[in-house]
Amino acid sequence: MTAVATNANGGHPLSKADFQSDQETRWCPGCGDYAVLSAVQQFMPELGIPPERIVFITGIGCAGRFAYYMDTYGMHGIHGRALALATGLAAMRDDLSIWVVTGDGDSLSIGGNHLIHALRRNVPIKILLFNNQIYGLTKGQASPTSELGKITKSTPFGVADHPFNPVALALGAEAAFVARTIDRDRQHLTGILRAAARHEGAALIEIYQNCPVFNDGAFAALTEKDVKDANQIRLEPGRPISFAAGERGVARGRTGALEIVDVEDVGHSALIVHDPDRGDLGLAFSLARLAEDPTGPTPIGIFRSVRRPVYGRAGPNVAHDPIPDAQLAELLAAGDTWTVAAGPQHS
Amino acid sequence: MSKLVEERERVVVRFAGDSGDGMQLAGSRFTDATAAVGNDLATLPNFPAEIRAPAGTLAGVSAFQIHFASRDILTPGDAPNVLVAMNPAALKANLGELDRGATIIVNEDSFTKRNLDKAEYRSNPLEDGTLSRFRVHRIPMTSLTTRAVEAIEGATMRDAGRAKNLFALGVLSWLYGRPADVTRRWIEMKFGRKPAVVSANLAAFNAGWSFGETTELLDVQYRVKPATDVAPGTYRNVNGTTALALGLIAASVRSRLCLLLASYPITPASELLHELSRHTRFGVRTIQAEDEIAAAGMALGAAFGGRLGVTATSGPGMDLKSETIGLAVALELPMIVVDVQRAGPSTGMPTKTEQSDLLTAMFGRHGESPLPVIAPSTPGGCFGAAFQAASIAIRYRTPVILLSDTFLSSSSEPWLIPAVGELPEIDPAFATDTAGQERLLPYSRDERLARPWAVPGTPGLQHRIGGLEKADGTGNISYDGLNHAHMTELRATKVAGIARELKPLTVDGDPGATLLVLGWGSSEGAIRAGVRAARNAGHEVACAHLHHLNPLPANTGDVLRSFDRVLVPEMNSGQLALLLRAKFLVDVESYCKVQGQPLFAAEIERQIGSIVTRGPATSSGNDAGTARRISNGA
Repeated sequence: MTAVATNANGGHPLSKADFQSDQETRWCPGCGDYAVLSAVQQFMPELGIPPERIVFITGIGCAGRFAYYMDTYGMHGIHGRALALATGLAAMRDDLSIWVVTGDGDSLSIGGNHLIHALRRNVPIKILLFNNQIYGLTKGQASPTSELGKITKSTPFGVADHPFNPVALALGAEAAFVARTIDRDRQHLTGILRAAARHEGAALIEIYQNCPVFNDGAFAALTEKDVKDANQIRLEPGRPISFAAGERGVARGRTGALEIVDVEDVGHSALIVHDPDRGDLGLAFSLARLAEDPTGPTPIGIFRSVRRPVYGRAGPNVAHDPIPDAQLAELLAAGDTWTVAAGPQHS
Repeated sequence: MSKLVEERERVVVRFAGDSGDGMQLAGSRFTDATAAVGNDLATLPNFPAEIRAPAGTLAGVSAFQIHFASRDILTPGDAPNVLVAMNPAALKANLGELDRGATIIVNEDSFTKRNLDKAEYRSNPLEDGTLSRFRVHRIPMTSLTTRAVEAIEGATMRDAGRAKNLFALGVLSWLYGRPADVTRRWIEMKFGRKPAVVSANLAAFNAGWSFGETTELLDVQYRVKPATDVAPGTYRNVNGTTALALGLIAASVRSRLCLLLASYPITPASELLHELSRHTRFGVRTIQAEDEIAAAGMALGAAFGGRLGVTATSGPGMDLKSETIGLAVALELPMIVVDVQRAGPSTGMPTKTEQSDLLTAMFGRHGESPLPVIAPSTPGGCFGAAFQAASIAIRYRTPVILLSDTFLSSSSEPWLIPAVGELPEIDPAFATDTAGQERLLPYSRDERLARPWAVPGTPGLQHRIGGLEKADGTGNISYDGLNHAHMTELRATKVAGIARELKPLTVDGDPGATLLVLGWGSSEGAIRAGVRAARNAGHEVACAHLHHLNPLPANTGDVLRSFDRVLVPEMNSGQLALLLRAKFLVDVESYCKVQGQPLFAAEIERQIGSIVTRGPATSSGNDAGTARRISNGA
């Protein structure tokens, strides 16, 4: 991916503008989606892939509009099915860079089945899961990531259903690449996009995305200046997991489970060194479960990044050259055949 | 010992036994040998939904019927002339369908107290006069097979037990003069790696043949001459599933679009997944999707990528796919949905046939979402129907529903192998430029009202499509009411316009006929055979058959109006009749059958007879409800 792609029309090196469509963006003012869109458009030239070989497929929900704003090929599908559409495309077109943009309702509720299967198959698709813990487009119902007790239009007495942890779910499906980032942190978000793009198979990126209308401040603990350093546990490959200016960290407790510790108590050497490439699903899962919800210390970064056979590249070798007529004729006449001669008599 | 040889013009044989008795194998081997003779033939397997129903019970009976003749035939036959019953349950399950005087060949060894109990026989039907109306041959097949096999080195008792179907096949092959070498070659090829099994099966088959030749039990051998009224050319035997798969592959080759079949296991449509999954050499990719919805989505995703996307299903799977089919209508992308209809509602009767998805195919989506519906009428006809479905889908940028059914997919007939060069090329005509516009207009139209198919990878044509209503031309999201009305009309007009390239509905009939029998889908053979019989009985009657249900051939209304009476036989409660009445205000009469069984020629003949003797219909003013007859066979 070092080649410099150029714009087919102008021949100039690609820039952010080449990925901005002529459609007016219509999210609510202050929506986290704007920040993600801008970061993705900014990042796209770095891929080194011309826009005509990039496809964005979306489902239904506020995130579904994303496809219209990217000047690539795009399809705005139906609720929950973006990954099914993308899987069919990926199966037949290994020359494309395919991105799916989805939300917590779209991919964890109505489309949950497709998410786990795309991840287990390791279909080469980059999945941006915008998690705002609410249904926005349908105006404020609880989503599968809404926290217990949350009052919403559909849950006047509070959410009673235990929420999904998207990262843990993806790890459960043995996803090859799983990461979490935040809409408000352009640099971190871009870094994760870069790593996901570089990864060969399916990549799931959970993006904490603020919905200013129906669930404002859900991720304030991780985004507000005065508290974010105390709560963002940044996972960095090869480095001990520490946060809060190095005062706190993650270590194994006496039971062997991961715990958040004061570094002063356990010593710096006791901290877990993050290694997402190691393929230790148990450790990655424990990290994902460190925070019940993003209101306190919460890991962000790459939880897992391992090589697994990529969908469509293993398995039977499917021909893709034009099939000569003779080969088709042979197929049609396979097996036992007999010939009836012209004329009234035949043998 | 020389035996009497009698000529027969046509014969219907049914092999019936327990699911584990290998009746499907015996039937299909008999079929291949019959094809080699040059008889015209048609077959119909019938198996239980349970994989392994308790052995010996009525629920576990599996059967295979073959109709073969020295002239062209149209159906797998109504009542068998010969029933081979490998156990009491097989006898009991099939006895009711035999006419007086039919021949029954039973495996006498299986008529034990235990098996009689399992079949719910209180006394032995071989002894108590139950079979007095039939010609019964009792052959101890199990013990004769065991005796033939036990001498073979390396063969086990299990091999002997499993070979008795080949003994039965040997008897029937002798009885009807089927060439033994065809079957022997097959046995050698099939079990070639296990010499003992080859020997055991050959010994069983030969023992059956010799038994027929030498025993005095069977005193007549029959001969059915090769058919002489079939078109010249090279033939093979195909069932509807194979023909459909070949048609899709041929369309893929002739359009130069690689084929994706995405499917979820469901009876009976899974057979198509099995068949196509073997053809990677032809650029065919198959995905066993996580569910029916995903399968439809994958097919549509492939279509977006400029490939031939197909999904196949049956029964409830159709319901699950409907949202995605609606998306394909909005996206105006080619997509083929194969619906192998089975008896419903809900899980219904998974292995039994029905034509009850016609209205679902027509209207089973929210909103105004018209699409072409094609229905093959014979197993071999599935080839052309699949090819045409792909051709229409590709050239009109539309999803197409192909309505096959359980009967078509599993029954077989000789198929005149088409010449590849005579199959038309299908031009996907991908968009390569913006057609003089500043940007691609993804919802602009060609002369067929088809929109540009601009596939990812084409420089300069980046665009977005989706399920939201689109502005004419630009494809931008539009909630404008007038635009929506215009787009709704465009989509409908595009599909209706396909009628321009459809062959007109042809009427096969007596010049003076006032009664038209009009059918669709897999009942064509039964209808034509029934009409033929009615004509032979002196009735003046015409028939016609629809292969396109949407749009209908342009002359359909004219044809309907040119007859005093129109009879529409269907394996549903009158779905085509409802459409025709709504569309043409013609007072058609229904003959309906929903028994999980195909229509029979004799039923059609009977129905024609009863209509003709009733005299002409009282003309206009006839209440729709009174003219409509719902009947359920006998």
